[in-house]
Amino acid sequence: MSDGILVKGLNAWFGEAHVLHDVGIAMAPKAVTALIGPSGCGKSTFIRCLNRMHEVVPGARVLGSVRVEGQDVYAPGVDPVQIRRKVGMVFQKPNPFPTMSVFENVVAGLRLGGIRERAVLQEAAERALRQAALWDEVKDALGKSGVSLSGGQQQRLCIARALAVEPDVLLMDEPCSALDPIATAKIEELILELRGMLTIVIVTHNMQQAGRVSEATGFFLLGELVEFGVTRTLFTNPGDKRTEDYITGRFG
Amino acid sequence: MSAVTAAAAGLVVLPLLLILAFLLYQGASAVNLDFFTQLPKPVGEAGGGMANAIVGSLMLVTLAAALGLPLGILGGVYLAESGDRRLPWIARFLADVLNGVPSIVIGIFAYGLLVLPFRRFSALAGGFALAIIMLPIVVRTSEELVRLVPSSLREAALALGIPEWKVLVRVVLPTARAGIITGVMVAVARVAGETAPLLFTAFGNRFWHQGLDQPIAALPLQIFAYAISPYDDWHRQAWAGALVLIGSVFIVSLAARIVTSGRFTGVR
Repeated sequence: MSDGILVKGLNAWFGEAHVLHDVGIAMAPKAVTALIGPSGCGKSTFIRCLNRMHEVVPGARVLGSVRVEGQDVYAPGVDPVQIRRKVGMVFQKPNPFPTMSVFENVVAGLRLGGIRERAVLQEAAERALRQAALWDEVKDALGKSGVSLSGGQQQRLCIARALAVEPDVLLMDEPCSALDPIATAKIEELILELRGMLTIVIVTHNMQQAGRVSEATGFFLLGELVEFGVTRTLFTNPGDKRTEDYITGRFG
Repeated sequence: MSAVTAAAAGLVVLPLLLILAFLLYQGASAVNLDFFTQLPKPVGEAGGGMANAIVGSLMLVTLAAALGLPLGILGGVYLAESGDRRLPWIARFLADVLNGVPSIVIGIFAYGLLVLPFRRFSALAGGFALAIIMLPIVVRTSEELVRLVPSSLREAALALGIPEWKVLVRVVLPTARAGIITGVMVAVARVAGETAPLLFTAFGNRFWHQGLDQPIAALPLQIFAYAISPYDDWHRQAWAGALVLIGSVFIVSLAARIVTSGRFTGVR
C-alpha cells in the first residue's frame, strides 16, 4: 500500500521555543518533495518529526499527527526504532562511522539490526551501493575506512547506508550543502534515479536544486508552511506574496 | 619562539630520561633471570629475586582493573550522555575531589572496610584500594572521550533504526575506544606504582600468593622494604625493582598504542 506521507496539525517545540505551527501537508508516494525556506524556518525540524528524530534532542516536543505509508508515527506504543527503519535519513554533513570500513558502513543498519548472514549482507551492500551510484568507485575498496573517501563519496555512502535497510521513505536534510558542484550534480542525478522507488523528502537551500529534482515543493517561513504545490507552479506562479518574495530573492 | 617551545618540550621529558638513566645505572646489574623467577632470599643470603612481587603486582592491578574499569567506563558514559544536569554535575565534582584524595587516605578507607572486619590483610583489600584510585581517572577520561564523539554519528545511527543501547555499544564506544584505552593505561600505570594504599591492605608477603584473602606481595612494597633496609644487596634489588616497574609500565603503554592504532580509529 502506498499512501505517501500525511501530516496534520503538526506542532513542534524546543523547550519553550515553538518552532513549527500547525503544519499540514500530503506528500505523494514514490515522488520527490522539496522543502525550501530561509535558515531557521523549521524545515529541518519538520522532516525530523517524520522519523521521530526530533525527540532525540533534550527538551524537544511534538504534537500532531503524522502518517507514513498508512502508519501513525506518533500513536501510543509505536517504537521510534521501528519508524526509523522505515523512514531513512541523510544528513547535511556526510557522517560515515569512522571506525567502520566502507562495507561495514553500508550494512551497519542491517548488522546492528541483527542480520548476520554474510551472503545477505554482501548482497544488500552491493545493491545499496549500486543504487547510490557508488559501487563502481568503491567495489575494490570495500575494506577501506569509510572516512577515507572523498566528501561526495562519503555522502553517497551515507545514502547507500540509509537505502540498505530498504526504507519506504528517504529524508534528506540539505544533503548537498557540504559538497562541491560536481558531487552535488551526482547526488541530484541519484535522486532522480531513486524517484519512483521510494518517497523522498529533500530539504534544500538551493532553489534551482528544488526545481531540478522535485515534483512538489513546500515553502516554509517562520515555522509555518506558507505554500505547497507542484514545483513548477510554485516557482513560476506562486500563490502567496511571501513565496514570491522569497523565490525572487527579495529576502532570506 | 619555536626554539623556546622546543626547549620547554625538552625540559619536560628530561626528568623522565634522567630517572631512566639513573635506574639503569643503579639497577641494571641486579636485573637477571633470578630476579624474575626466584623468591626473596632470607636476610644475609645473597641473590634471590622478586618473582612473587611481580606476580603480586600483576594480580593486584588485574583485580583493580576488573573492579574499576567497567564501573568507571559506564560511569563516564553516564556523565557524558545524561540529559540531566544536576546529578552529573555532582558526580563529576565528587570524582574530581576523589582524584585529589591522598592515596594513603584511600588505603585507610580500604583498611577500615575490608581489613578490620576480616582481621586480615588481603589481596582483595589491596585491589579494592587501587580500584578506587583508578575510578576517577577512568570516569573522567571516558566522559571526555564519549563527549568528543560527534553527535552526528549518534544521530546517523539512531536514524538507521538502531536501538539506543546498540548505538552506544557499537558506534559511540568504538569511536571513543582509542582514547579510552589511553586513559585506562594512564590509570593502570598510576596504580601499578602506588605504594601507600597497599601498606595496610595488601601488606606485602615474602612468599608466593596464597589466595585473594591473604596478604600479597607487590613490587612497590618490596622496593620500599628493600630500600630502607641496611643491606647493599637489597638496595641493588630495590633499584632493579624500580627499573622493572617503570619498564613494565612503558611496555604496557606502548602495547596499548600499537593495539589501538591498528584499525580505523575515531577520536583519541
